[in-house]
Amino acid sequence: MIELDGLTKRYGEKVAVDGLTCTVRPGIVTGFLGPNGAGKSTTMRMILGLDHPTAGDVRIDGSRYEQLTDPLTCVGALLDAKAMHGGRSAYNHLLCLAQSNGIPRARVGEVLETVGLMAVARQKAKGFSYGMSQRLGIAAALLGDPRILMFDEPVNGLDPEGIHWIRNLMRSLAAQGRTVFVSSHLMSEMAQTADHLIVIGQGRLLADTSMADFIRRHARSYVRVRSPQRERLLDALHEAGVTAVEAADGALEAEGDKAEQIGELAAGHGIVLHELSPRQASLEEAFMRLTAGSVEYHAQSAAAPGNWGADRQGGTA
Amino acid sequence: MSTHQPPMPQAPGAPDWQAAPGGSYPGYTSPIPVVRTHLGHAVASEWTKIRSVRSTIWTLSVFVFLVVGIGLLVGALVSAHASESSLSGTNPLSFGFFGLLVGNMCVITLGVLTTASEYGTGMIRTTMTACPSRGRVLAAKAIVFFVVAFVVSLVSVTFVAMVQSSMLSGSGTESPSGGAWLKATVGVSLYMALLGLLALFVGSIIRHSAGGITIMIGLVLAPLVLALFMATESLHSVRDFLFEYSFPSQLGVFYDSTLSGSGPRGWDPLWIMLGLAAVAGAGAYALLRNRDV
Repeated sequence: MIELDGLTKRYGEKVAVDGLTCTVRPGIVTGFLGPNGAGKSTTMRMILGLDHPTAGDVRIDGSRYEQLTDPLTCVGALLDAKAMHGGRSAYNHLLCLAQSNGIPRARVGEVLETVGLMAVARQKAKGFSYGMSQRLGIAAALLGDPRILMFDEPVNGLDPEGIHWIRNLMRSLAAQGRTVFVSSHLMSEMAQTADHLIVIGQGRLLADTSMADFIRRHARSYVRVRSPQRERLLDALHEAGVTAVEAADGALEAEGDKAEQIGELAAGHGIVLHELSPRQASLEEAFMRLTAGSVEYHAQSAAAPGNWGADRQGGTA
Repeated sequence: MSTHQPPMPQAPGAPDWQAAPGGSYPGYTSPIPVVRTHLGHAVASEWTKIRSVRSTIWTLSVFVFLVVGIGLLVGALVSAHASESSLSGTNPLSFGFFGLLVGNMCVITLGVLTTASEYGTGMIRTTMTACPSRGRVLAAKAIVFFVVAFVVSLVSVTFVAMVQSSMLSGSGTESPSGGAWLKATVGVSLYMALLGLLALFVGSIIRHSAGGITIMIGLVLAPLVLALFMATESLHSVRDFLFEYSFPSQLGVFYDSTLSGSGPRGWDPLWIMLGLAAVAGAGAYALLRNRDV
């Protein structure tokens, strides 16, 4: 269990993490979501005692990270896959970490086996691909067989097979009763892994909710309808009690999963339809809307993210 | 073919953490025995680190090569060309000085790399996560490096001293006393290891390998170079101070060969270097404690 209490980090004028209070619980995968620069990595570094908080506190099973006498058997973390000496072999990298915590040497072989790096154990980490470094970083996190695991953007740079592997790994670790805390800037990735979501933007807590709740609240389905006889269609829908609003491009968006009903209704009224498609607002869109106000680095483009947001808000009004 | 399903949302309250009795934290319990870590673990870890990178092997090999190579060369040249009268009253061990004058660069480099290289690679975060007690990490690095530097220095310096004294025996040189032997072997090796330790702490303060090495080479060479060009009489006292307390001159004290008649004597250079290393160590510790990694 990781408990954050008013955790704050300031770099001069800039506030990286702003009064973050939340709890990361055992037995589930908790997704830590936020756009780039939201303060996810800074928060993780503070949890590990690497950065000193400006204010607030963070506790690992009730104690500060610095107070842990057996840190690696308590918390395993993957912050940066390349955070290792390139000239050292994978085996020696893990061995020096194991020795620092009195972990039996045999564990090194075990975790290398787990991540599938046994064949390259004696090779220098310098020659590793990003995916291999990522696996070595995960091996280091698993070394102490810890109760709590933290991964900072673990799927970055992995191939689909690697992504699939790490997803299953995180879920099985959580199923064993461990606390799994994983950051990402991709909602779609979290939707497939996390049971619980903590969303931050510009260092502030935006949401702390279960994934199921988030989906229920944000992933609305609707039916997109286009017709040359739009006014008649609107009337017909209104009569039938189906809420529909105009989308930006002139199409209609009807709430709910009622494609059949709308099709039959149109046929009954003799209304021509050019399009009738059931849609689902993606979680990615919901996430972007949630964090839209707090994205630090906006891309300057004609199709600003606000466009679809307005579109969808109109659609769900 | 993926059989992975999107997660089935759990029923509210499904995780059993809520059933936890107050005060204890539930969850996974590892079969790995929990060990209370101490300095010994950190030392074992740092030993694995220092022996498993090529830069250690390289810097130490070059050090041995320079100290032994130059030592033997000088010994051979002196015994071949010097007349008996010119060597009378000379301490034969003093010819070991030249190898160390060049070889110290290797000790400095290894010292700086031991701490600073972890910042270049990001390894320091992994290290500090594994051992959150920062003082312990610094102490372990200092202990391991000091022992390695001292042993390697002692072995090569003693070898050179023995070969040189046997080469030059009977050529008019005086037979060195036990005290002279001690200073030229153990004394000078301690001095080299302390110089490397100073470099290690500077590396921890600067957190940049090239920067740390540059500063250390500057510290070693600059006073002597500056003094060489201080011809003005008004700078006389400054020049003498720089000469006497410059690194090469202090190293020479261990062989009783100095640039001037005054200045540090006997074992003084060792205490001076010990003081410098202690101050740098305290500074490095204070910064390491307070800075973000």
